[in-house]
Amino acid sequence: MPAAPMYGRLPIVKMLLTTIALTVVISAVMVSIDWNGQEASTAAPKIDDLLNVMIVLSSFVFSLVMVMLFYALYKFRAKPGDESDGEPIHGNTRLEIAWTLIPTIIVLFGAGYSWKVLNEIEKPNKDHVTVDVFSQQYAWSFAFPGKGYVWKEGELHVPVDRQIQFKMHAQDVIHSFWVPEWRIKKDNVPGITTTAIVTPDRVGTYQLVCTELCGFGHATMRAKVVVEPEAKWKKWVQGLTEKTPQPLMESVVHDAQSNPTALGAGGA
Amino acid sequence: MVDAIKRPGWYRAILGAIAFGAFGFGLVIALRAISGLPLYQTEQTGYPHVVVPAILAPLGFLAGFGCFDYWLRWAVGAPTIPDDHSQHGAKSWKDYFRFNTDHKVIGIQYVCTTFFFFFVGGLMAMLIRAELAQPGTQIVDAATYNSLFSTHAVLMIFVFVIPVFAGLANYVLPLMIGAPDMAFPRLNALSFWMLPLAGLLFIGSFLCPGGAFDAGWTGYAPLSTGAPLGQSFFNLGVQFAGASSIATALNFLVTIITMRAPGMTFWRMPLLVWANLSTSLLVVAATPFIAGVQFMVLFDRILHTNFFDFAAGGDVISYQHIFWFYSHPAVYIMMLPGFGIISEVISTHARKPIFGYRLMALALIGIVVLSYSVWAHHMFVAGMFSWLRVPMMITTLLIAVPTGIKIFSWLGTLYFGKIHTYSTAMLFALAFIVTFTIGGISGVMLGMVPIDIHVSDTYFIVAHIHFVLFGGSVFTIFAGVYHWFPKMTGRMYDEKLGRIHFWGTLIGTWGTFLPMHWIGMDGMPRRVADYAEQFGNWNLLISCFAFMLGAIQLVFLYNMIVSWKYGPRADANPWRANSIEWQVSSPPPIFNFDEIPRVVGGPYEYGIPGAKHAIMTSDGAEVPAAEPSVVGTG
Repeated sequence: MPAAPMYGRLPIVKMLLTTIALTVVISAVMVSIDWNGQEASTAAPKIDDLLNVMIVLSSFVFSLVMVMLFYALYKFRAKPGDESDGEPIHGNTRLEIAWTLIPTIIVLFGAGYSWKVLNEIEKPNKDHVTVDVFSQQYAWSFAFPGKGYVWKEGELHVPVDRQIQFKMHAQDVIHSFWVPEWRIKKDNVPGITTTAIVTPDRVGTYQLVCTELCGFGHATMRAKVVVEPEAKWKKWVQGLTEKTPQPLMESVVHDAQSNPTALGAGGA
Repeated sequence: MVDAIKRPGWYRAILGAIAFGAFGFGLVIALRAISGLPLYQTEQTGYPHVVVPAILAPLGFLAGFGCFDYWLRWAVGAPTIPDDHSQHGAKSWKDYFRFNTDHKVIGIQYVCTTFFFFFVGGLMAMLIRAELAQPGTQIVDAATYNSLFSTHAVLMIFVFVIPVFAGLANYVLPLMIGAPDMAFPRLNALSFWMLPLAGLLFIGSFLCPGGAFDAGWTGYAPLSTGAPLGQSFFNLGVQFAGASSIATALNFLVTIITMRAPGMTFWRMPLLVWANLSTSLLVVAATPFIAGVQFMVLFDRILHTNFFDFAAGGDVISYQHIFWFYSHPAVYIMMLPGFGIISEVISTHARKPIFGYRLMALALIGIVVLSYSVWAHHMFVAGMFSWLRVPMMITTLLIAVPTGIKIFSWLGTLYFGKIHTYSTAMLFALAFIVTFTIGGISGVMLGMVPIDIHVSDTYFIVAHIHFVLFGGSVFTIFAGVYHWFPKMTGRMYDEKLGRIHFWGTLIGTWGTFLPMHWIGMDGMPRRVADYAEQFGNWNLLISCFAFMLGAIQLVFLYNMIVSWKYGPRADANPWRANSIEWQVSSPPPIFNFDEIPRVVGGPYEYGIPGAKHAIMTSDGAEVPAAEPSVVGTG
């Protein structure tokens, strides 16, 4: 069985160089594109960096597959009328071990890196602002427990450069809280409190998008998010006069009782 | 007429459906009357007078059609009527509309039925893309839109991709292992006939007050527990599709384990057989979970059991855990048989043994084991216990390893081969490697919690699922249909039309689903009838490619129908393949083999002079007496 001379008959060096060149080209193009849009929280650059590292590694894997595939198609295509068979090569243990081990190392590296990023972006800070988020078909509203549970529907203001801990309470079905520029998303689940941690670091106006199918109004379930300097934010909160309605307050109390681990490690 | 009603068949089936349905209706009304309740309960989730008949009428249909005749006679001690095999084989198209226990007839019934649902589901996709071509509401309102994408997904998953693989394997697997039929032919027929009923329940939900089910194919509670009547039809359809799937998987397991021809050891099984063995292990253990959870939703809806009612102490997130405990293995149920097809096609058309055959088989088993430990990666943002995310991330990423082994081994198979690309099946197999690699890469990214937090429930997910399900599973289905078309019909298809279909499908798939990655990352959530203006141009482009992708499938349909009727006669072995199904005539004899073949070597021994996989007729050598188990005890 002619297994051993196999490498010798393939232009391994050329194939590897082509793979690397293709990797560089694809990564350069892919990394230069601003996939996720504006970054407006401390988590965003960390997640985007992770994405870029994965793009480079993925480009390598993709390039390797492409080079292997197209070289085989170029080199080992049967001539017209050739009815003979290929060489009876059944495998190559070293090669098989290599393409088991190398991907394992790549994905375990990815897992470790992801874990690190996850811990960083969800690290709770004692000096934070708590905001209660209420979601119901098809509207968002917000309460500020630090300010006597004043309440605002459809518009959220938060201070810049302060950690915000959102306590989320769904009133009917599951909704999901997503501000794309913050890169943070968390489902609002009826019956329990879920938590998301964000530190906005860029002043501006953004959109809060519902990303969990919640009925016919799902596509229009949006709210305005304003990130502003802390002094301005304080003024805005002080200007709020409406108190959180009783049914929503009940969900705050009830959810806290039924979900004692709401603020578990890593921010639930 | 009386005779026609006594005999199993369409008359008795329709009568059975009406009788059982009427009984269910009467029972509900009578019980409500006795209890002093209003006769009709038409609150949003109620309608017991519709739900109970919707359970019983399909059972009445199956009973009337003759699916239970033999078993019932046996159970009550009446003389059973032994199968005289007179209705084996199909002489005209009408024979495909009868209760038939021949695995080759059932295989074709499966493939044709599932492709019918593929085209219905595809039409829904066209409506979805028409609505999404521009921001705002043009074609359908938001509620109808929700019904459309939910039904599209459910038809494609439950009555196309999963069962079409069962259909292809039904036809070729017994032939491949040298068996005269499946182990339980009657159970096999019952499995098939449950399938169109499931599809009809799904489509029939459009007639319900409040429209078809609209909570997505995931049917998350409590949106589903409070949804209008159509949701109950989803709950019930899943029961029939699931029961069909479980029964077929049992049938495959027993067939593969007990009915291999003499000499066919496990390490001599073609990889398609390995793939179906692995898939069946998944189906048997995982499918009961979705059946169970859909019953729990149905009970919440009509019996107020409050499994998922948070106000009554129910647990909302537990729905997702149970659902994904099935539905993640389900994505491998939709992929592993395709892996098997690709192995057969690539080895045959590269004229090479599969590279690393044993590792290929073990990789399948590795995927089976790992796939039970990754389900919560669908729930990284769902609010479940946060510590569960990291172990689920690690197992999710590790499952890329056996999948990568398969990709590299297919590539290795090509090296030093004689690659023929004249067959459309081979083109789809090669394109599958590229497209599925992209889907695999986006899958690895989704497995990473921080990235998933950002792109979860966006169009990135839609892009990923279509790259692996359309660019992955459906490409393998096309490869399989083209590959075994000559065997199944005895005719050749038109390669020129096949090529048009292939290139159109490839360009359409990439054009439709590749840009979805970007708009998802850039902020477009999934499952929305309307979206922000900034995504308008991309969506218009996507819709154009989607229409092209839809239209090109008509070429496939035309090719299949016309070639089946008028195509040139196929030889027994047009691809010069080694496995046993190609050593019998096209189409195979009614009982597959005059004599059970004897397996003497591996299935992919290309290039070894004189090597044989199986000896077809006794050439003086001693062949163990084969027991013709066509009748079976199923």
